[in-house]
Amino acid sequence: MFAVENGLQGDPRLKVISDAIRVIPHFPKTGIMFQDITTLLLDPVAFKHVIDIFVDRYKHMHISLVAGVEARGFIFGPPIALAIGAKFVPLRKPGKLPGRVISEEYELEYGSDRLEISVEAVKYDERALIIDDLVATGGTLSASINLLERAGAEVVECACVVGVPKFKEGQCKLKGKPLYVLVEPSQFDELAL
Amino acid sequence: MQTIIISSPLVSHRLSLALPVPRSPLINYHHGAPPSIRLSSHRFTNSLRLFSSAAAASRDSEMATEDVQDPRIAKIAASIRVIPDFPKPGIMFQDITTLLLDTEAFKDTIALFVDRYKGKDISVVAGVEARGFIFGPPIALAIGAKFVPMRKPKKLPGKVISEEYSLEYGTDKIEMHVGAVEPGERAIIIDDLIATGGTLAAAIRLLERVGVKIVECACVIELPELKGKEKLGETPLFVLVSSA
Repeated sequence: MFAVENGLQGDPRLKVISDAIRVIPHFPKTGIMFQDITTLLLDPVAFKHVIDIFVDRYKHMHISLVAGVEARGFIFGPPIALAIGAKFVPLRKPGKLPGRVISEEYELEYGSDRLEISVEAVKYDERALIIDDLVATGGTLSASINLLERAGAEVVECACVVGVPKFKEGQCKLKGKPLYVLVEPSQFDELAL
Repeated sequence: MQTIIISSPLVSHRLSLALPVPRSPLINYHHGAPPSIRLSSHRFTNSLRLFSSAAAASRDSEMATEDVQDPRIAKIAASIRVIPDFPKPGIMFQDITTLLLDTEAFKDTIALFVDRYKGKDISVVAGVEARGFIFGPPIALAIGAKFVPMRKPKKLPGKVISEEYSLEYGTDKIEMHVGAVEPGERAIIIDDLIATGGTLAAAIRLLERVGVKIVECACVIELPELKGKEKLGETPLFVLVSSA
């Protein structure tokens, strides 16, 4: 579900957030309009709006674990975790996490990739939130859900700053889990370059 | 300066240190010297010091720490797991993921940095990929600064400037978006750990090339034997935990 359909209609913060995201055409390859959140991070007001909206939503949901997908999930996850009193668990590319890990493979357009989680990070039945900057195909988030569930957690929701419109009402679940998105992809503004 | 020596057994574990009440039998009270705590020594030790090397300039000397160790430091150090032989034999890996699982320790870590840097006119918090992305943003948000990710090559989508640095074998690069920072801005650079100092030195060079003043480099952990501080030149270094 998008924030605007779920209690935040008319909230001026959503436009501030959307306007702060830069679009880079044809990155990493032709045809992709890349949603660059680094410009949002340069705007402390906009960045704080993102965190405030997520914290307001999750602080009373008894979430004890916030998992963030490497690497941009590492930027949004920890401030949320700190504010709601949850632990932060990084979901990482292969070989980065020490100790005992479990890993989950997922499909890319060409080939596949893997995500790992530290086995000791999760307590059985813990209520978890998964964060990434953007959801497009849902492949990475689906793999993340699998990892958290295999480790014993209950995934309460997945949350992203940006999401493609197909995740609006009616299409808003990933592997049966709700997906909460703040804004749609920003449009490329030729005049801005 | 008060020093606490903690020892850890051979296998990976979490250090737990209970700070004793005054006049504990564990404490050596040497006349005239600050109290120290000694536990039985094993092969690996983590020594804890609140450590700062402040430059001589009068502005930077405002940043010098006091001599008394903050009680939060012990809990932070205890929450860091040491994993032997990762990622390769001979390396004692300082694993901060266990710190992130300890909500109090993580909160205290951020608070210690925020207390140090708020109100110091710092407008840029630069964080080195990837673990710098975990500690930098909460600090940036709390002090009202922007967060600037410094990334491995080809990750940033826009126009970048890059700086090369040496590895044991070969070189690597660190990149930043053009326009992320402006000349004259005051910055801190954050990473989880400083080892040889190569990455941080490259980050300093990158920011200085665009006219930014680096007030300090800040890390959770330092590995002092690797003398990373020496690579930072004039830039001061602030760490919470020093791991021998």
